[in-house]
Amino acid sequence: MSTSALTRSSAKRTAGQWVLVGTVGALLLGAALWILFFATGTPADPLFTDSADFIRTSLNSLTVAGLYFVVAAGFTLVFGLMRVVNLAHGSLYLLGGYVALEVQKAMVGKGGNYSPSDVGPMEWLVPLLVAAVLAGVIGLIIQQVFLRWFQGDDMRETLITIAISVIMADQMLRIFGGLAKDIKWPAFVDGFLEIGEFRYSMSRLFMLALALIVGALLYLWLQKTRTGMVIRAGVDDTRMVQALGINVQVVFGLAFLVGAALAGMGGVMGGSFASLGSGSDGQWLLNSIVVVIVGGMGSLTGAAAGALLLGIVSSFAPAYLPAELTPFSIIFTFVLLAAVLAWRPYGLFGRPE
Amino acid sequence: MSRVATPRNILLVIALALLLVAPMFSTDFVVGFVLTQALLFGVAAVSLTFLSAYGGMVSLAQTLMFGFCGFVIGNAVTEGGSKGLNLGLDPWIGVALGVGLTVILGFLLGAIASRSSGLYFLMITLTFGVIGFYFFGQVTTFSGFGGINQIVAPDFIGEPGEFPERLYYVSLGVSVFAYALLRYLVRTPFGLALQGLRDDPVRMSSLGYNLQVLRTVSFALAAFVASLGGVLFVWWNRQIDPASISIGEILAVLIIAVIGGIKNLEGAWIGALFFVVANNYVRDVPGFDAIGLGEDRFNTLIGVIFLIIVLVSPDGLVGIGSMIGRLFKRDRTGDEPGEGSLVGARTGEEEPGVSAPEGGNSEDD
Repeated sequence: MSTSALTRSSAKRTAGQWVLVGTVGALLLGAALWILFFATGTPADPLFTDSADFIRTSLNSLTVAGLYFVVAAGFTLVFGLMRVVNLAHGSLYLLGGYVALEVQKAMVGKGGNYSPSDVGPMEWLVPLLVAAVLAGVIGLIIQQVFLRWFQGDDMRETLITIAISVIMADQMLRIFGGLAKDIKWPAFVDGFLEIGEFRYSMSRLFMLALALIVGALLYLWLQKTRTGMVIRAGVDDTRMVQALGINVQVVFGLAFLVGAALAGMGGVMGGSFASLGSGSDGQWLLNSIVVVIVGGMGSLTGAAAGALLLGIVSSFAPAYLPAELTPFSIIFTFVLLAAVLAWRPYGLFGRPE
Repeated sequence: MSRVATPRNILLVIALALLLVAPMFSTDFVVGFVLTQALLFGVAAVSLTFLSAYGGMVSLAQTLMFGFCGFVIGNAVTEGGSKGLNLGLDPWIGVALGVGLTVILGFLLGAIASRSSGLYFLMITLTFGVIGFYFFGQVTTFSGFGGINQIVAPDFIGEPGEFPERLYYVSLGVSVFAYALLRYLVRTPFGLALQGLRDDPVRMSSLGYNLQVLRTVSFALAAFVASLGGVLFVWWNRQIDPASISIGEILAVLIIAVIGGIKNLEGAWIGALFFVVANNYVRDVPGFDAIGLGEDRFNTLIGVIFLIIVLVSPDGLVGIGSMIGRLFKRDRTGDEPGEGSLVGARTGEEEPGVSAPEGGNSEDD
């Protein structure tokens, strides 16, 4: 894809962009100094006096970035290949979480009243697989029944996914109720990793490990297999792939299946890490969108970078803002978004449409 | 030149006349609840319709604009006992602050999103909307999840439920103003440039138009219109909370605009009326409860209707109406405005083209 007149004109730096770069640089420097020396009266102490808080916050941003990545990877895969903004992605996330919870309850028994110590590894992994498969199949059904007839009309496809998300949200509210619930981590990650004085939650590290596995598998799939090659070619030029005699419909279906399965898997991880409620779908849709807008739509590397940046912002802002300003930490998500968009309208690793 | 007595204008005059006399024939509930609500949500939705139909920008930040104005007014006019800043200002100063700050926010957010189009624009504005929801939910200085209660309206509107027809006529007046303003604007050079941007951004750029400024200004303009809806909303509801700008409400405004017909300004009010009527009267339809579409499942019902509209008639109810109209009278200008043609060359200046409302700058073929 060649660069258009629009992108070429935006490639040269204008005065406004230098102002922007300067402002962002000054803000980052200020934030670094603040975290190093001055951050007193905040939930976490300055790095200078308490390095444990800093390490813990850094680990928090890494581990939560793992979860952001898993959820957003599916979103960006579907968009990159098919130009479909799947706004039902959050609903698939929530559905995956609820399904895993029901499966776990059925496996553990005890009338649903149990703690992580009652949960064996299989009683977490089996629900994870069931949820991922089910979410994937539902995603595939959405794509086959509703979306494939409107390929190319991307706004219409997006509106269809919105309609489906509204229906799914309401039906999940009917079936699972409005109260927040959570999936229990398995016993082997319940507890803390202790190195001397320093303690850190095992489940968060487990989440990061899972995300790294997912990322590695996705990378191998996309880079080293024939299917992955077709998908990457499809991202670049769907028509050419079609002209070469490859059945892109199969690839599209597969991508939607995998994308939705990743949402469902994210729902299980997120439902164990935080909780599942009737607002979780919107919240995780927001997270996914911010990650892919920052990182660049359709790019797996971009999703990783976006997830990391959002993880840093969402962990450091509440920890290092003065306690009375903690509610304002959502502003920093907005600042991240605005700064990246002003600099690169298509995200860090994105390419113009 | 366009004639004044087009079927569209005649229908509009009839509709306006009916709305003017409606309070004489309807109950207070219909006037004060159903019709007023339809009018004010129509004002919110028409700001989205305007951006989408004429600028090719499907903005999901309109609910935030609507609610932001409401929150500003809530903070400005309440006195003690309620959440927020409780500045205790005069209701009219509250309106000026609300509308003014919303327009400023519109300029800011519009500028951030102005380099994007199509699906990117939709997603960016969606994040604005959802971040706004969390902001007002978490920041108790301005609201918190409980919201702001006991918002005061100007004296002439009276206490809630006292003179429902007064707020109704105010809403009708604001609706007519918003409609006339937008319909006038799209025929000005600004409006024509905006439609050019929708149809062919690359060509407009090479003609020397600054696309970002054009997008930003139209976004701020839409914020102004949405803020008027926000004023009506807090006068009608007398309270505002983050739930009023939640993702559900963001999608509701989109659904209203699409159900009515996202390519026609009047579709916003038609969709709003449909939405409010469905919300209030569906429970009375026998049999709906039995198939799981009762009162509590309104969202499923509206989601299904929305899905059907998107699948069958992307022009919404207006599109269905004109489809029926075309059966009776052959359209002299032909059904298909030229693909990628610039504004109004063949189809009359206020008719947006048939091209999909995303207006992206794709160049893959």
